[in-house]
Amino acid sequence: MEIGLTHYLVISAILFSLGLYGIITRKHAIMVLMGLELVLNAANINFIAFARYGGMNIEGHIAAIFVIILAAAEAAIALAIVLNIYQNFRHVNIDEVDDLKG
Amino acid sequence: MLGTMNFPILTWITFLPILGILIILLVPSGKDEKGQELSKKIIRWVAVGITFVQLILALVIYLNYNPALAGVNNLKTFQFVEKMSWITATLPMVGNINIEYFMGIDGISVPMILLTAIICFVAVFPSFGIKKAVKGYFAMYLMLDLAMMGVFCALDFFLFYLFWELMLLPMYFLIGVWGGPRKEYAAIKFFIYTLVGSVFMLLVMIGLYHSTGSFNIIEMMNAANFRGDSIFGGLNTTIRYVAFMGLFIGFAIKVPLFPFHTWLPDAHVEAPTPISVILAGVLLKMGAYGMIRIAFPIFPDAFGYFQTLIAWLGMVSIVYGALCALGQHKVGKRDFKKLIAYSSVSHMGLVILGLASMRPEGTVGAIFQMFNHGIITAMLFMIVGVIYDRAHTRGLDDFGGLAKKMPIYTGIMAVAFFAAIGLPGMSGFISEVLVFLGAFKSYPVLTIISGLSIILGAAYMLWALQKIFFGVLPEKWQGPWDPTRLIYKTDDVNGLEMVALIPLAFILIFLGVYPNPILNLMTGSVNQFIEIMKPFVYIGGL
Amino acid sequence: MTQDVVLPLSILTLLIPLLSFLINIFFGKKLGKISGVIGTSILGIDLGLAIIVAFTKLTSYAGIQVIQNRIEWFDLGSLQVNIGIGIDNIAAIMLIVVTLISFLVHLFSTVYMGDDRQYSKFFAYLGLFTFSMLGIVIANNFLIMYIFWELVGISSYLLIGFWYEKDSASNAGKKAFITNRIGDLGFFIGIMILFFTYGSFMFEDVFAGISSGVMPFDNPTMLTIAGICIFMGAIGKSAQFPLHVWLPDAMEGPTPVSALIHAATMVAAGVYLVAKVFAMFTADALTFIAVIGTITAFISATIALTQVDFKKVLAYSTVSQLGFMIMSLGVGGYTNGFFHLVTHAWFKAALFLAAGSVIHAMHQAMHHMHDHHTDPQDINNMGGLRKTMPWTYRTFLFVTLALSGIPLTSGFLSKDGILAGTLAYANLTGGWHWIIPVLGFTAAGMTAFYMFRLTIVAFHGEPKTEIAKHTKENKLPIVLPLVVLAFMSLWIFYSPNPIDASKGWFHKMIVQPKSAVPDAYQWSFLINNKTEEAAPAVHQAEGATHTAEITAENPHEVTKAGHTTGHYLNKFQEETHHFHYIAMILSLLIAGSGILLAFLIYQYKTISADKLEARFKFLHTFSYNKWYFDELYQATAINGLLVISKALSWFDNYVVDGLVNLSSYVTRGFGYIVGLFDNYVIDGAVNLVANFTGYCGNKMRKLQTGHIQSYVVFVLLGILILLYFFI
Repeated sequence: MEIGLTHYLVISAILFSLGLYGIITRKHAIMVLMGLELVLNAANINFIAFARYGGMNIEGHIAAIFVIILAAAEAAIALAIVLNIYQNFRHVNIDEVDDLKG
Repeated sequence: MLGTMNFPILTWITFLPILGILIILLVPSGKDEKGQELSKKIIRWVAVGITFVQLILALVIYLNYNPALAGVNNLKTFQFVEKMSWITATLPMVGNINIEYFMGIDGISVPMILLTAIICFVAVFPSFGIKKAVKGYFAMYLMLDLAMMGVFCALDFFLFYLFWELMLLPMYFLIGVWGGPRKEYAAIKFFIYTLVGSVFMLLVMIGLYHSTGSFNIIEMMNAANFRGDSIFGGLNTTIRYVAFMGLFIGFAIKVPLFPFHTWLPDAHVEAPTPISVILAGVLLKMGAYGMIRIAFPIFPDAFGYFQTLIAWLGMVSIVYGALCALGQHKVGKRDFKKLIAYSSVSHMGLVILGLASMRPEGTVGAIFQMFNHGIITAMLFMIVGVIYDRAHTRGLDDFGGLAKKMPIYTGIMAVAFFAAIGLPGMSGFISEVLVFLGAFKSYPVLTIISGLSIILGAAYMLWALQKIFFGVLPEKWQGPWDPTRLIYKTDDVNGLEMVALIPLAFILIFLGVYPNPILNLMTGSVNQFIEIMKPFVYIGGL
Repeated sequence: MTQDVVLPLSILTLLIPLLSFLINIFFGKKLGKISGVIGTSILGIDLGLAIIVAFTKLTSYAGIQVIQNRIEWFDLGSLQVNIGIGIDNIAAIMLIVVTLISFLVHLFSTVYMGDDRQYSKFFAYLGLFTFSMLGIVIANNFLIMYIFWELVGISSYLLIGFWYEKDSASNAGKKAFITNRIGDLGFFIGIMILFFTYGSFMFEDVFAGISSGVMPFDNPTMLTIAGICIFMGAIGKSAQFPLHVWLPDAMEGPTPVSALIHAATMVAAGVYLVAKVFAMFTADALTFIAVIGTITAFISATIALTQVDFKKVLAYSTVSQLGFMIMSLGVGGYTNGFFHLVTHAWFKAALFLAAGSVIHAMHQAMHHMHDHHTDPQDINNMGGLRKTMPWTYRTFLFVTLALSGIPLTSGFLSKDGILAGTLAYANLTGGWHWIIPVLGFTAAGMTAFYMFRLTIVAFHGEPKTEIAKHTKENKLPIVLPLVVLAFMSLWIFYSPNPIDASKGWFHKMIVQPKSAVPDAYQWSFLINNKTEEAAPAVHQAEGATHTAEITAENPHEVTKAGHTTGHYLNKFQEETHHFHYIAMILSLLIAGSGILLAFLIYQYKTISADKLEARFKFLHTFSYNKWYFDELYQATAINGLLVISKALSWFDNYVVDGLVNLSSYVTRGFGYIVGLFDNYVIDGAVNLVANFTGYCGNKMRKLQTGHIQSYVVFVLLGILILLYFFI
């Protein structure tokens, strides 16, 4: 069986779901961020897969690289936020960070 | 001729008080007591100066006015005309708005301008007695002056209305702040009453604008300028009658004509002396002036329809006012000012009767009566002010025998009283006779009934004269008015009061013997006015 | 002197007293006692001028009806108002009457008013009054007449109320002025009717209009009404019934004032007016005038019978005599009516000045005795003055004779003429008109009676009080005017024949003017005979000088011609002449019996006055209280007016103003309701929306947990739902 687009998409979907699951369920902020990374990477796989099979060509690659850069930036800001949360709350358990609750 | 020159004298005479207001507002109040006194002094004399220049300007107008040109409904014969576009705009729904700065005078306005200038000048002197918030007072005073002058100069209805309303504001404050014990009531009453009249006027003004496409009063007098399909188009339509009545009531409130007169006694009683002087001297004339300038010539057909009613109202005002003056009492106290206020109702009724006659002599008499009444009542109110300042009461029953204490004052007072009862040799007589002669031709029976005022007038005036001046001086006034002799050096009138009273007395007597200076002014215009009205009105007689 | 000079001179005569007024009113305080001298000398000059004017007119220009001018006062384009002055024969005579009496009163006052605080003011007012009165005299049109008419009213007001600290004086002044104004209103209405119809104020224009047949409102009755309206002015000024009530009260003024205005001049103005516009009265108007005059003459004579105040008796006698004059004019006796005006002016002024002299003496005596309570004017406090004040007594007695109509006096001539006229009138018209001569003769009898009652009680007998005993004759400035005036009451000034004036110069000069009223509305006996009518026309055509010769220089010839041919001016004059002797005898009898009765009652006490009084208690009270006219007017007119005016004032305060206030209450009430509505309904709706929104938000906010992870779940769910819907 030839590995085709579908496979990649399945992999990516699994990865996305795992990432999402991580985001939703983890209590630790870092773990949430890690889930976020998985989601982003799932997206990257999709881009590359489309670049290869879907006819996006170079645009898919560019988008993937863009997402990687974005992820880096996001990680930097997100870690800074986490750090700030830690400084304010002395923990990074996001369940308890609910000051914006209505 | 100044009229042909380009000096905008009407603008100057009208807006000169603004200059005064600016100066007055810029005068520092002064830090210590001495500085404050100085500041008050400066303010007062600025007001004197401004009104004096105004008087000079009015005299210049008078001297340069050409009585041969009639005016009234003919723009070419108006004099000192200033006309320029002021507000032009195209508004959605409404269409073009074209308001002009349009001033000009004819024989009907010149006597009124003279009167305004004279009264505003002399009323400054009794204002010297105002102690409270002098700066505000004189600023308001000059604003009032401006508005009144504007009313008599404006030929654009919008402009007229603007000045008309502008006059309300300072008057409201002048009564409401510097008035007597019930000043708030009187001020509000005056304000709202007049405003009700203004509303009618505003509505009719807008209607007229829609019908003629202009606010030009002179154009409104020509039936050809009304679009046929507009609301005021055509003649003798119900809507025209209604509009006329609206305007008429608006002006009648100001006159004041029975039954719209009750604001007057209250306003007079509560207003400070100089404001009473202006109120009676000039403001009341604006109502009758509005009728001659606007209501009658624009709606001559409607005037013809209501003419008899108007004559009746005039007659009722005359007799009713005189009777009320005779019997005036307000639980306990007979107030001198109230007596004069009711006599004003009576005398202004004479003006309306004269106008309703639509006879040249009646109309000339009516306008002359407006002028004379202005001078006479101004004098009377100042005279009341003189004793009120000293005795702090105006109750007729509080006095007696003042003739002995104040002989000069009594003399001046007698002149004013005799003028008020129409004694020959005083100008009031001429106007009264002219009005009666004119009115008799159109309405003989009404005139004869109105003639009762000759007797009633004598009765209440002589009664007041007797109450105040004759008999024995009451115990409490035996001594000097001012034992310290700081304010009143003598018991008789002082120099400042004489400055205000003597010129008025002189005018009364001079015009009584030789009325031509004023009569000639208006003869041409009045005849022109009668010409416009003639096709529509009832003129009795031969 | 030429004709042109007459008018400027008469204007000068008019204006000079005004000068006296101005000087005294403005500089009186500084002048002090000199003001009296100035006033008197100015009047002296004025008198001189008046005499010059009058003599010029009466000698050189007697034939010209009137020397007059006409100037335009103002012009209203469609209407010119002309005024002017004119001197006719009656004006010329009146000029002398007014200025002479005024001069004498000035002279009298220098002493009489000597102690008064307002000495200079008094002379100022006298000057003003004389000015006003002269204005009436020289007017040749209704407007000027009316103007000075009013000025006379005001100056009399000032003079009557001169002692203003006395309430009675200022009340009397007020009463005089207002009563006069009632008459003036009628006068003014009359003027309006005439001006309306004839478009002019000038007498000549009006008369010309009437004779051309133009009637006011095209109705001859209106001409009668116009005449009656004009006559109303005379009713007021000449104190005729029913407006006579002011004159007795006016005695509150200083006595010289009474002499000047209430005897000789002001009250004469009404009679003068009627004479001046005599030509415009229709037969009906004349009847009205005659009736009013008769009633006045009779009523006031009855009142005068019982009065005890010296001046009040004279006042009512004045009213009565004025009634005679008016009556005479009313019956058509133009000449005699005016004649009586002139003769009466002298002797009534003399009577009043004599009264002044007595009162002054009484005052002095009171002052001397430190008595301040006795009434110096009550005749019951006098008596015996004949001895203490001989000159006053002599003159008083003489003029009393004149007033009673005893021969050799001027009063006899004029009164006799009047009574003859009434008889002629009654004979010509018949019917109820006979009442006029009957009442006239009765009044004449009463006049003689009450005048002698006054003389006897005040001057004869023993002094009734200490004060009367101490009176002394006054100084020359007081006595001289009395003597002059008494002297003027001699018959010789008017007619050489002491029993018939019709041949005297006066009757030649004062000729009844031709009536302007169309014949149909005039008594036939007042229409001039054809021959006489032609004469004035000829006069006018031939010019002034010619007529002057005929009438002035050769009056006797004309007279003779008139008599020999039996031509009278009209039927009335002829009839009057026929009744002359009957009237003379009758009036002498009646006057004689009046005097006799007075002597019997008061001098010889043959008949007890008290008994008479008790017998006719009702009549006496009625007369003593002046027929209750004052009370009647007070109860009806005055109180009625006051009640009406109070009611109207109440009405104004509570109804008219109440309506205004009511409308403000209603508006405010309505505003309150609108406010409530706004508060609860409109604003309620707005709040409802807001509250609902808030409620929803409150509920919804529970969804905002603050947990990022739950938000992510919501997002996920949302996406799933969308997917479900869109795919």
